[in-house]
Amino acid sequence: MRNALGSVDTVLLLGGRSEIGLAIVERLVRDGARRVVLAARGAAGGTPPVIGDAEVHLVDFDAARPETHGEVIETAAKLVGDLDVVIPAFGVLGSQAAYDADPVAAAEAVAVNYGGHVSAGLSAARRLREQGHGTLVVLSSVAGVRVRRANFVYGSAKAGLDGFAQGLGDALHGSGARVMVVRPGFVVGRMTEGMSPAPMSSTPGEVADAVIAGLRSGAETVWVPGRLRWVFAVTRLLPRAIWRRMPR
Amino acid sequence: MTFLTGWGRTAPTPARLTRPRSAEEIAELVRRAPARGVAARGLGRSYGDAAQNAGGLVCDCTGLDTWSIDETTGLVTAGAGVSLHDLMAALVPRGWFVPVTPGTRHVTVGGAVAADVHGKNHHVDSSFGAHLRSLTLVTASGETRTVTPDRSGGDDGGDGGDLFWATVGGMGLTGVITEAVFRCVPIETSRVRVDVERTRDLDQTLETMAATDDRYRYTVAWIDLLARGGRMGRSVLTRGDHAARDELPRGADPLAFNPGPVLKAPPWAPNGLLNPVTVRAFNEAWYAKSRPATGLIQGIAPFFHPLDGVDGWNRVYGSRGFVQYQFAVPFGQEATLRRIVARLSAEGVVSFLTVLKRFGPGTPGMLSFPIPGWTLALDIPAGRRGLARLLRGFDDQVAEAGGRIYLAKDSRTSAATVAAMYPRLDEWRRVRDEVDPAGVFRSDLARRLLL
Repeated sequence: MRNALGSVDTVLLLGGRSEIGLAIVERLVRDGARRVVLAARGAAGGTPPVIGDAEVHLVDFDAARPETHGEVIETAAKLVGDLDVVIPAFGVLGSQAAYDADPVAAAEAVAVNYGGHVSAGLSAARRLREQGHGTLVVLSSVAGVRVRRANFVYGSAKAGLDGFAQGLGDALHGSGARVMVVRPGFVVGRMTEGMSPAPMSSTPGEVADAVIAGLRSGAETVWVPGRLRWVFAVTRLLPRAIWRRMPR
Repeated sequence: MTFLTGWGRTAPTPARLTRPRSAEEIAELVRRAPARGVAARGLGRSYGDAAQNAGGLVCDCTGLDTWSIDETTGLVTAGAGVSLHDLMAALVPRGWFVPVTPGTRHVTVGGAVAADVHGKNHHVDSSFGAHLRSLTLVTASGETRTVTPDRSGGDDGGDGGDLFWATVGGMGLTGVITEAVFRCVPIETSRVRVDVERTRDLDQTLETMAATDDRYRYTVAWIDLLARGGRMGRSVLTRGDHAARDELPRGADPLAFNPGPVLKAPPWAPNGLLNPVTVRAFNEAWYAKSRPATGLIQGIAPFFHPLDGVDGWNRVYGSRGFVQYQFAVPFGQEATLRRIVARLSAEGVVSFLTVLKRFGPGTPGMLSFPIPGWTLALDIPAGRRGLARLLRGFDDQVAEAGGRIYLAKDSRTSAATVAAMYPRLDEWRRVRDEVDPAGVFRSDLARRLLL
């Protein structure tokens, strides 16, 4: 249960090796979370990482197999009880050039970045609705706020995910369960290794800090860094003729 | 679905709320309990999440509101939903008083049992559970059982005592309490004869209470937590006894019970209305106003329940609500109490009403809070930065000292902390698991603390 001061007891991380996801989990544990489930491909049977003094469970999870997602949520709830925070943090970036050359790979990436989140998100939502409490943290991206020609396959999947998360949040309104949409800019980390950072980039730790602050305050939307909210309020309005000339 | 919170107005969760009117109706509800379980609720005065049940069923028991008294013995048989306010309004004019009243009259008998509440007379009269003759509860199987404090009594023969003492202080998790029988005390008047003293610091407060508390039936100390340095822990002691008839002015109705006009707190207050500036000003004024006096004659309401004079005072803390932190440490562990008061004073923690009380003997309730020693209770706005860490630090010190925090007031501690503070938790779990093997009785508090 989330307590009066915003600390939680349990966390489920789908995409249990995600840098951002683990950074969030570490902070939740530091703030009092005691039971953690890390779900990732081929995770079961491995040695759980040490995260503070929390009890950590490993569970198999394949983002590309939506038919298994409901069961993963149930397994996690059996292991740790009510799920206070669920973080689907799986995803692939990929380059637009590579997707242009390989449409099948592009479709597979979208299936994970969007489709996987739909099945995982709906499965988690069903559980949270039954519980009458809990927060689904959806890691969207500014790439989906206005899709750019430089990465429109990835961006369009994030656009879909962002819309899905908003709709799901509205659907859960009044149930006690909540959805928090997180929109980071460019995140300097493993996923973006070798790329030159865009302006107003952040680190996985900074994203995690913003998520924690958002969970405490009960925010519906979190931008990282916060000033991207205002930047995108403007860029959303730019004419197409200008937008398509964006260098990246 | 209805969103419910405790008195601190933090962490709301939705539940299906129902208001049964009889034990039979409750039994039927329990037999058809939903997967998320059943929690009992009274007047919602627990500060945290004890009477909430996210996604499940919450039984508002205030419909069990019938009671009777045997005036030859003072034994009261009351439905779980009867409030102490209603009892006092009817009993005081007839010359009877409840054996124990907490700082508010607006609690139900069921809640008083489930939290094993204490009052200003704990040092001589112990807590509510000590005055019970029997309890009736609907257990997980849907049967109605009457249990007594001793092992020989009860309608189930031998093991009555265990279920009784698991229920007293058991936070409603052994079953839905439907009725209680307890002995009231005779009074000559509805007034209290009060002595007021001021102390200059914490040491003098503790010394005075230890030396002279036993001369009074009712005692409490209000601490000015914002006083620092040499004045740290300065207090106002108010101590008294039921006044005798000949102590009242001539012509006064000796047993009149008029709680007085009730002010209404504004429906909304900004977060941060209670801040170091406003609370320091209040504390200064309160300390200055509380002039030493002896033999003051006060009514029951202003003496026992000053906050009941303001309806909805909990809203003054703003939309974020507040947490109440109440702990007890055994005698001999005054150093822990001093350290915590010093830290609160140094941090400038804003607590509107900080109360210190000397506890006497506890009850055999397995999860009952009071132990012989000192208890300190404070209210803190929930939005304060660093509050979680500060209170976790206090938890550790209190557990280390062999003390505990009060479950009826808790809204933020951890399962491990409670396990460290309540040595009889496993014994309580065994009794509970036997009477409710499937975990029908659940609350948000139970989930949070893995009870």
